[in-house]
Amino acid sequence: MDTKEIVNVSNLKKTYGDFTAVNGISFSVQPGEIFGFLGPNGAGKTTTINMMIGLTKPTEGSITIDGIDAQKHTKKAQALMGIVADESNLYDEMSGFDNLCFCASLYGMKKEERESRARQLLEQFSLAQAGNRPFKAYSKGMRRKLTIAAGIIHYPRILFLDEPTTGIDVESARQLRELIVDLKNHGTTIFITTHYIEDAERICDRIAFIVEGKIVATGTVEELMESMSSGHTLQLVTEQDAQELADDLQARFEGSKVSAAKGNTLNIVSKDRIPLLPVMQYFDQKGITVYEAKELRLTLEDVFVKITGIESGHLEKEKAGAGK
Amino acid sequence: MSTWIAFWNILKKDMKNYYLMPSNVNWGIFFPVSWTLTQFIRSSGNIDVLEFLPGLMAVSVLFATTSMLSVTITFERKGRSFERLLLAPLSLNALLLAKITGTILFGLFIASVPVLLASFFVSLSGVNWGMAYLSVLLIALTSTLIGLVIAVSAKEVFEAQMMSNFFRFPMMFLCGTMMPVQKLPALLRIAAYCLPLTYGTDILNRSITGASALPPLACIFALAVFSAILFGASRYTINNKWIS
Repeated sequence: MDTKEIVNVSNLKKTYGDFTAVNGISFSVQPGEIFGFLGPNGAGKTTTINMMIGLTKPTEGSITIDGIDAQKHTKKAQALMGIVADESNLYDEMSGFDNLCFCASLYGMKKEERESRARQLLEQFSLAQAGNRPFKAYSKGMRRKLTIAAGIIHYPRILFLDEPTTGIDVESARQLRELIVDLKNHGTTIFITTHYIEDAERICDRIAFIVEGKIVATGTVEELMESMSSGHTLQLVTEQDAQELADDLQARFEGSKVSAAKGNTLNIVSKDRIPLLPVMQYFDQKGITVYEAKELRLTLEDVFVKITGIESGHLEKEKAGAGK
Repeated sequence: MSTWIAFWNILKKDMKNYYLMPSNVNWGIFFPVSWTLTQFIRSSGNIDVLEFLPGLMAVSVLFATTSMLSVTITFERKGRSFERLLLAPLSLNALLLAKITGTILFGLFIASVPVLLASFFVSLSGVNWGMAYLSVLLIALTSTLIGLVIAVSAKEVFEAQMMSNFFRFPMMFLCGTMMPVQKLPALLRIAAYCLPLTYGTDILNRSITGASALPPLACIFALAVFSAILFGASRYTINNKWIS
């Protein structure tokens, strides 16, 4: 894989009067990866993407796209980009096929080339049957798919996706996620903004958490989880009250910290992974039945809450609001 | 080559989606017809077609072009499809020229409707068609650019329509389309010469009736200056207000 960064953002800042929307952020995107910007509404995600694509002028900082200074040579940089806005901004009266052909023409593609590419994308995005229908007759999920198809019609080096699954049903969102991963597997670099944790967790190779215009953490899902992990936790549900068992179990497993959770649930926390056999042998010797044993793992949502201090309930509210 | 492909396809899309829509074509026919009928009734049938024709052509082009471009761009901007055009690797000049070319062509079509109507009532053999259509082109260009200035300033379609009327109605009364500018009071005459339509109507008058207040070259120069200012103002607004 080519390791030259395709996007490099350095000390990017955007202020509107006294309000700082984006506050000196820096990051880079490697070729062939899906890089996600995760943050609540108003965190600065769209402002950042708008500065990168040339729709907003940065107050400070630099942006290079495939080595091109995107502020000095905006049109050159835009030729390398595919851009999918957070709304489906195609032409209602035109058919899906005509919309794709028109978008291709904006990048100078010739008639035969754009028509064959449009047919190929309609097929790839399972929209071939609807290709001649006007865009206004498409469902929300179909509209998002066609908008993404329009974004990649000219074979961009990098695709910018702003909130791709917002406002669409669960099945369409699943299909879109599959399509995005498929695009990545075919070599497209993707920059995606989202406030859906599951989108970021399922499809992104690397994620940046952005809050109040600042990047507070960047890394792969595993790296982010590792950074917040305080050890391994084994959770057991037995037939006996956990409080009665905790002290005895603590004496047996000295290197670990045993605590009683509610009811008959026990947690064993250790720096290293906890082998199951000695634990089960202990309970077997005591004649205590174990109903359930599982390793507790941090979710990306837990990590997000720990790092950003934003309650998961707040994001849930945003999800519900966005889905309306 | 790639700029030309984009230019041509934007023009083709606008023609198909907006200008060749039956409602707009019908408007282009009914507007001059109803205007002519109004004048015909007002003058009890004693209408001098040749004297009436330049004003009618100028007003038709003014009304068609200012509203069409301002409404279509505001509409596209609201639906964010204009953002797609702005983000394409196409210079802003080429994009704006593609958008205004469709409107100018629509203006040329609208101007031809009164000509066709007039040909049934009077001989048009004395008309200098080259000069007539040059003036129509210049009227269409400046009116379209007024529409562009409105489009880049308005946020809503109704706002664009309201602003179009703010420009159009004073121009209709001041610019020699209904009465010669020379008959206006001195202050209004000054105001008239601050408006591009006055110069376009003057050349159109000369090409159809042979009478004009100013030399055609002076009018062409004035219209070129207006066009450059309006185009520059639109570019500035997009660059500084839309991409801010």
